[in-house]
Amino acid sequence: MEIPYTVKPRPDTGLWNAKIGIWLFLASEVMLFGGLFSGYIFLRLGAAPGWWPHGLLNVPVGTLNTIILILSSVAVVFAWAALKMRQFGRYRVYMALTILCGVIFLGIKLGYEWPAKFHHFGAYIKDDSLHKYEQYLGNEHLAEVGIGRRIEITGVFPTKEDEEAYKNPEIKEFRLKLDAINADPTNEENDRPRFMPRPMSDKIATIAKEDVQYASFFVPRHNSYFAVYYLITGLHGLHVIGGLLVFGYFMLPVSTRLYEKDPEHLANRVEVAGLFWHFVDLVWIFAFPIFYLL
Amino acid sequence: MSDTSSSSPAPHGDHAPAHEESHDPTHFHFHKRLYLGVFGALMIGTLITVAVSYFHFGAADSEVGNITVGLIIAAAKAALVILFFMHMKEERSMIYKFMVPTFFFLLVLFGLCVFAINDHIHF
Repeated sequence: MEIPYTVKPRPDTGLWNAKIGIWLFLASEVMLFGGLFSGYIFLRLGAAPGWWPHGLLNVPVGTLNTIILILSSVAVVFAWAALKMRQFGRYRVYMALTILCGVIFLGIKLGYEWPAKFHHFGAYIKDDSLHKYEQYLGNEHLAEVGIGRRIEITGVFPTKEDEEAYKNPEIKEFRLKLDAINADPTNEENDRPRFMPRPMSDKIATIAKEDVQYASFFVPRHNSYFAVYYLITGLHGLHVIGGLLVFGYFMLPVSTRLYEKDPEHLANRVEVAGLFWHFVDLVWIFAFPIFYLL
Repeated sequence: MSDTSSSSPAPHGDHAPAHEESHDPTHFHFHKRLYLGVFGALMIGTLITVAVSYFHFGAADSEVGNITVGLIIAAAKAALVILFFMHMKEERSMIYKFMVPTFFFLLVLFGLCVFAINDHIHF
């Protein structure tokens, strides 16, 4: 059976069916991500002072990923246009470029950015004990320059033994190799966001467990920020994977045969998948500033 | 597109080589320069987003100024993607009929967040 209106517009809608279908799907996607971004705003507006972290993500890496994703969006437009002009060889080159960009994006996100966070540790200090850690928090300096106070000490465990020891509920204190911001908290370089992250210090702090309100690795449960960061970037990553599977299908012989039979049909398929891909790019255009920069 | 007269023909593309041109009845115009221009604008937008995050806008103890500036730039980039890459500029009215209400409900969803102001979450 021939599927109707894959190329010719349907008289009542004025559009071929897949075009309507993908836009309806994107409407539901807008509400899906809209709800999550709305949750982000809700949590952020409601966060108590000091509980919304800043500058924990690597800005150069995030910028690179933004550029890669925009590049792939342009590549898919060029792939579609090449099909429209019946240049099949050129279409395959642009489609391969699109897939390559998507794979690099995922590689950076899942292979580098997420795992680095899973080894990073943060301890929120109890209000009554903040003064004991003034040398790592620098709250007197922050009050002077009119910036909100700092209540978290972040870093990594200096050795594997320290990490193992922390798991023991009996221990009274643990050691943390500090991030630059806690090693040198009164340095004015910390007061504004930076493009290049400052290298981790060699300074090691000893933190008493009784002074800690809450501590964990930078996993989703660490705080609202990481919960919503992993949720939105994770769902976005799943969309990237979905898009890549469809683009992969467009590189298979079955798509070549479709091109030989009806090139306009393949062009429409690529256009519809491209619309989805641009939407994925759109989500990232908002996710990048809100998680990395603001 | 209405401004085809102003854009000079691309070196190749608008009139594809004859050996690859087949039975295409629609006279497809590939606005290559337009797409490359949008790409350039998105790149510049990305760099501006990063650059402005190192300045502080508005009151010293408030992040509202920076968030506003950051979101305005993101919205401008989003508009470019929607209008040009997603062809919304030349799309049929049928699509507007359901995407405009969708956008309205999206704004409602964001509007709900005002309830979080001055109602801090305690752990």
